[in-house]
Amino acid sequence: MAFEFELPNPNTVNPTTTLSDADLVRRSASSVPEPAKKLTPVAKLIDVSKCIGCKACQSACLEWNDKRQDVGVFAGSYDNPADLTPDMFTLMRFTEWVNPETQNLEWLIRKDGCMHCEDPGCLKACPAPGAIVQYSNGIVDFVHENCIGCGYCIRGCPFNIPRISQVDHKAYKCTLCSDRVAVGQGPACAKACPTHAITFGTKAEMQQHAADRIKDLKSRGFQNAGLYDPPGVGGTHVMYVLHHADKPEIYANLPSKPRISSIVEWWKGPTRYLGLAAMGVFAAIGFFHHLVEGPNKVSREDEESAKRLAGGRSAQS
Amino acid sequence: MTAYDVEPGDSVHPGDPVTVDRYTGWARVNHWITATCLVLLALSGLALFSPALFFLTDLFGGGQVTRAIHPWLGVILFFSFAGLFIRFWRANLWKAEDGTWLARLNAVLTAHEERLPEVGKYNAGQKAVFWLMSILIIILISSGLVMWDQYFYGYTSIEQKRIAVLVHSMAAVAIICVWIVHVYAAIWVRGTVRAMTLGSVTGGWAWRHHRKWLRELVGGKTS
Repeated sequence: MAFEFELPNPNTVNPTTTLSDADLVRRSASSVPEPAKKLTPVAKLIDVSKCIGCKACQSACLEWNDKRQDVGVFAGSYDNPADLTPDMFTLMRFTEWVNPETQNLEWLIRKDGCMHCEDPGCLKACPAPGAIVQYSNGIVDFVHENCIGCGYCIRGCPFNIPRISQVDHKAYKCTLCSDRVAVGQGPACAKACPTHAITFGTKAEMQQHAADRIKDLKSRGFQNAGLYDPPGVGGTHVMYVLHHADKPEIYANLPSKPRISSIVEWWKGPTRYLGLAAMGVFAAIGFFHHLVEGPNKVSREDEESAKRLAGGRSAQS
Repeated sequence: MTAYDVEPGDSVHPGDPVTVDRYTGWARVNHWITATCLVLLALSGLALFSPALFFLTDLFGGGQVTRAIHPWLGVILFFSFAGLFIRFWRANLWKAEDGTWLARLNAVLTAHEERLPEVGKYNAGQKAVFWLMSILIIILISSGLVMWDQYFYGYTSIEQKRIAVLVHSMAAVAIICVWIVHVYAAIWVRGTVRAMTLGSVTGGWAWRHHRKWLRELVGGKTS
């Protein structure tokens, strides 16, 4: 029987794109009109329990996005490269974890990358109009022609995902293959995954698929198996099935309760409004003070007094 | 030996009106380099602070250029202001009469100079501007280096960068407010701007606003 969520091969006859500016629900440092119709939310589900660590997803990602990662150096683990880079949008992070209950060594492999938050911190921190957008299907995308390379998205992101290129000074991250999804395909990583550890579909389908997987895992003794779809960021459009969902941090520091940093909220909220207001108040006080008080002028008597004081004396320094 | 607040180049020239040299040519050059940098920093910084002001990036040739040039302007300002600091810090030391002057701020704002104590080269308001600028510039350059990802990304954590950007924006708001006070005072108190353009003020201006300084210059002795 064919796999339920097998991704279709590309339609090469008159492909039509379903993602355009009319589908935007958020646009950084600017506003967009409410879209006439909303697309069905999509999601990528990463089943950590089925991952074999082959890195086909990384290869597919590099190939589809036409990126090349420099040959690196061995940094003590199977992670290659050692971290996400402006070219490597997704990364398998390997963790050797000793389960304290069973004393078994568990090899945890998590495919890291953009989570496509429903409440995207990167977009909220971005100062450049239209450099980060969110589509009604949930995809958060960087629009590089509008990116100014400030790195504010890095401060906004609760997952440490965006990377700034030192070549063109623009921010890069996983696009959820928005260009493929736009023509009815799924992400390159999901297409390449040989074990269906990565699947793609509507968010509802993926939640149902996850529920089936979690049931299966629980039947095999993983009592804490669960779905990672963190509510602190409004849910995500990249979700994980974790066999130890009660301890997400053991999977290479996956945050247990991610949310946009309160420092970022203070910076983008009260500081901005109160700051601009304070400048306006200072300028207005000056304006009205001058209006009411008039200029503070030196009088004739002041000059005469100065002359009497300095009179007859020679210049000195 | 001169009074603490008499700076090199300060001197009185009898005439009608009396003129008083207040700032040397180099002091004025130093001031205007700092002023230009501060204005450009405010414009480029505000452009990245509020989406409503992002259009200001057009003044610099776009967002990428604005992002790249802002920190370098900050470096120039830091060293330029350091020059001003070395020139002016002694004359800005806090004195007993400054407290009295500040306590009678009402008389200051209503131009009743006769109710104020005689003050030296700088009054308490000018001293406050000087020290606030000094402190805020140190905060801005320190937090700015933490935010300067192009060269210093690897030296700090993301959490430290978040704190830096919040501190930087709050200090920037504060320094712009201090700058508004500085510019407004120079405009409101007529005869002040020429100190930084011509380098001199009239004797009447010095008598009215900095009588202690004028007396020291005329007397030519330690007060």
